[in-house]
Amino acid sequence: MRDPLSKTIVTIQPSGIRKFFDIVSEMKDAISLGVGEPDFDTPWHIRDEAIYSLEKGRTFYTSNSGLKELREEIGSYMKRRYDVSYEPEGEIMITVGGSEAIDIAMRAMLDPGDEVLIPQPSYVSYEPCCLLANGKPVIIELQAEHEFRLTPQQLEAAITPRTKLLVLPFPNNPTGAVMERKDLEAVAEIVEKYDLYVLSDEIYAELTYLDEYVSIASLPGMRERTVLINGFSKSYAMTGWRLGYACGPKLIIKQMLKIHQYAIMCAPTTSQYAAIDALRNGDEDVRRMREEYNTRRKYLMRRFKEMGLPCFEPFGAFYMFPCIKEFGMTSEEFAQKLLDAQKVAVVPGTAFGACGEGFLRISYAYSLDDLRLALDRIEAFIRELRA
Amino acid sequence: MREKILLFIEKNSRIDLKELSISLGADETTLMNELEQMEAENIICGYHTIIDWDKVGIEKVTAMIEVRVTPQRSMGFDNFAERIANYPEVNSVYLISGGFDFMVTLEGKTLREVSAFVSEKLSILEPVISTKTNFILKKYKEHGTIIAAPKVDERIQMIP
Repeated sequence: MRDPLSKTIVTIQPSGIRKFFDIVSEMKDAISLGVGEPDFDTPWHIRDEAIYSLEKGRTFYTSNSGLKELREEIGSYMKRRYDVSYEPEGEIMITVGGSEAIDIAMRAMLDPGDEVLIPQPSYVSYEPCCLLANGKPVIIELQAEHEFRLTPQQLEAAITPRTKLLVLPFPNNPTGAVMERKDLEAVAEIVEKYDLYVLSDEIYAELTYLDEYVSIASLPGMRERTVLINGFSKSYAMTGWRLGYACGPKLIIKQMLKIHQYAIMCAPTTSQYAAIDALRNGDEDVRRMREEYNTRRKYLMRRFKEMGLPCFEPFGAFYMFPCIKEFGMTSEEFAQKLLDAQKVAVVPGTAFGACGEGFLRISYAYSLDDLRLALDRIEAFIRELRA
Repeated sequence: MREKILLFIEKNSRIDLKELSISLGADETTLMNELEQMEAENIICGYHTIIDWDKVGIEKVTAMIEVRVTPQRSMGFDNFAERIANYPEVNSVYLISGGFDFMVTLEGKTLREVSAFVSEKLSILEPVISTKTNFILKKYKEHGTIIAAPKVDERIQMIP
């Protein structure tokens, strides 16, 4: 028989997180800090709106780009929240989660051999999506001493004549790093100088703990070079609804829409109706959840400080990225031993790129009570190691 | 600061002073003083526990009693309300707008105990015109907490 598989897919590695997942799910009374989704339920008024739409029988396909009403709400949200204007017609499209937007943006923009700059540690799907789009991933290894921000020096050093696209994964999963205005301005200058495009994954934009949030698309000249990805999963605790969106220049969105049309048809209708309500009436919920995350973030910072575990202060998402290099183990060994000894599951930093070695991702999408218990166990574990 | 503290402990009175100090960015002594001060001023009137007695197998009967009364000269409703509130079996007393005057909630061990209170203590009070006793069949939510079905974390345990 012939090999049924494509060579491209076979060479792509499965996510490194899988192994731990299998162990944790088997283990009784383990505490997991390995979850990358909010612990809150979707606010009731949003769920209620979805139920209402079902009661009214709104169970059909929507237009390919999504409900017009939703695109209009997104347009006004982008304006009021990030000060960047997008036309609901042609510049905004609704996708199945932010993930689909990442995939189709790469497929719409890359030709074989085009190089894509991917800063790591970062979310696991940029590299595979790039490979599936026949692009060539070029990894930029972010550094703890720069608080895992992308510096202009690192960016410029990675650029070749084949570089076409820069992925900007901020606020960042797994490090919690953010890019402030000055950081983005420095990046924007280089993007313009080398005539690059930007795929800005801002799915955690609402979960930042600084006064100002800046989207790169709002900087002069950047709107025309940026595909901005956002969604409802993290900000409104709507992961299971699978709803995201992409905003960008008509030229690019038009082609992305073609892939979406042939591969997906449209994002889930019920979720789209729910999302309209989220944007209209959800600001207070977002604020409340952000405050709660911030409390936990501060609590963890204090605990790490007290146990002498080095960790830069992250200002975004709901992750901490402490350094465990002093123990002379790999991240994976450390995570494995922590799980065996104290039944606390964390994700080794290497799951998000080789340069995550020596770090752990700790999610704080858990109640303070759970976090206290887990941190007590981690503290006991490292006391033992140091003894 | 007071409002922030109160918002915090409204849903969880057991919160650790250290955690409170981290999230509000104030030191523990200040918070302790503020809490004691608010207790003294009767802003914080108590710390209670929400219990699902059914799960312990202890039977309790809760009733909500609608009471109509004749307001008394020069004291209005207050005098009556204070008298009712003094009974230890009474959980709450509210003056209500609408078709009746007071909502009194009451907890007893048995139906008989509750009805005895109504017929022997409440109804015979002079200003009382009538009472209507509603027994609670099942509690779903109390003090903003859903008690019928505890929340289970259904998330997959490792997600990238």
